[in-house]
Amino acid sequence: MSFKKATHELHHRRLGRNVGLALVLIAFIGIVFGLTVVKVTSGAFESPSVQQEGG
Amino acid sequence: MSDVSYNSGTSENEAQFGDFIELLKPRVMSLVVFTAFVGLIAAPVPVHPLIGFCAILFIALGGGASGALNMWWDADIDRIMRRTRKRPIPAGKISKEDTMALGCALAGMSVMMLCLATNLMAGAMLAFTIFFYVVVYSMWLKRATPQNIVIGGAAGAFPPVIGWLAATGSMAVEPWLMFALVFMWTPPHFWALALFMRNDYDDAGVPMLTVTHGRPTTRRHILGYTIVLALLAVGAAFTEIGGPIYLVVAVVMNLAFLLGAWRIWRRDEVMAEADNYAAERGFFKLSLLYLFLHFLAILAEALLKPLGLGGWA
Repeated sequence: MSFKKATHELHHRRLGRNVGLALVLIAFIGIVFGLTVVKVTSGAFESPSVQQEGG
Repeated sequence: MSDVSYNSGTSENEAQFGDFIELLKPRVMSLVVFTAFVGLIAAPVPVHPLIGFCAILFIALGGGASGALNMWWDADIDRIMRRTRKRPIPAGKISKEDTMALGCALAGMSVMMLCLATNLMAGAMLAFTIFFYVVVYSMWLKRATPQNIVIGGAAGAFPPVIGWLAATGSMAVEPWLMFALVFMWTPPHFWALALFMRNDYDDAGVPMLTVTHGRPTTRRHILGYTIVLALLAVGAAFTEIGGPIYLVVAVVMNLAFLLGAWRIWRRDEVMAEADNYAAERGFFKLSLLYLFLHFLAILAEALLKPLGLGGWA
């Protein structure tokens, strides 16, 4: 019984497209993470508990 | 359903990642990125580098979404025009439906992310820009009026305003000066292109000024707009975004631009065909440098201000 991975010419054709999309998604995750860090540490952000105490 | 049964299309027609990038009109995007960046830097409020980067990225994505939606709507005329027939939809690489889906998804995502990264006003202005380019320009006016380029120019002129808004969250006169610069620059830039891309717009039935009012009228319009543009561009040197560097650039570039427009105005079709539209092609190339140098000068003035060197103060 062979466990060789099934491949098709279609997979090769779409490799560039899939790798490109993967890189875009990884970059997007990185950007959202970076933005979150900047927003939280910049001082403009207040946690809900602080807002409640203040209000 | 197996992958094998879904083996549609030939390998030449298989869309690659680059084809999807092409849907976003990367050359237009580069103008959007640069002018939005200048708007952001010229604003008097410092921005965190990552937030600034994200703002420019999402403005560029919004511009890309507009480009994709424009290609979806104009697929029929893109097939006819020489300049556009190799785009992914006419080339049969990407379907119209996929293009519309990509455009809508990117439009929604870019507006939402710009709101989250910067502020609501910047996001709202980006949404309006996309709406203006896709609905007002592409769907409504492009095929209805010879003033299509004038109105379409407004859509391309919004990015510096969005960049400014992303930094400040409030409106001011200065970004609208940058808007006016791009707005007045667009018609002579595109009409010069329409003059030497001779039959493209005629064949597609797009009512460009060259088609509806003739080439001599287009030449007169180029000169008229260039004169108004020159007054505006040089006048902007004495505002908050200007300064000595900008003034020198504006005077030199506007003299060259006026000279180019004057040459175009003095020629007729026989003269133009004799040298294969050399003056029109030269004017078009100069127009690219013209806008780039004006915004570069605004950027230089803004960057030198903190050192006490930029502007007139």
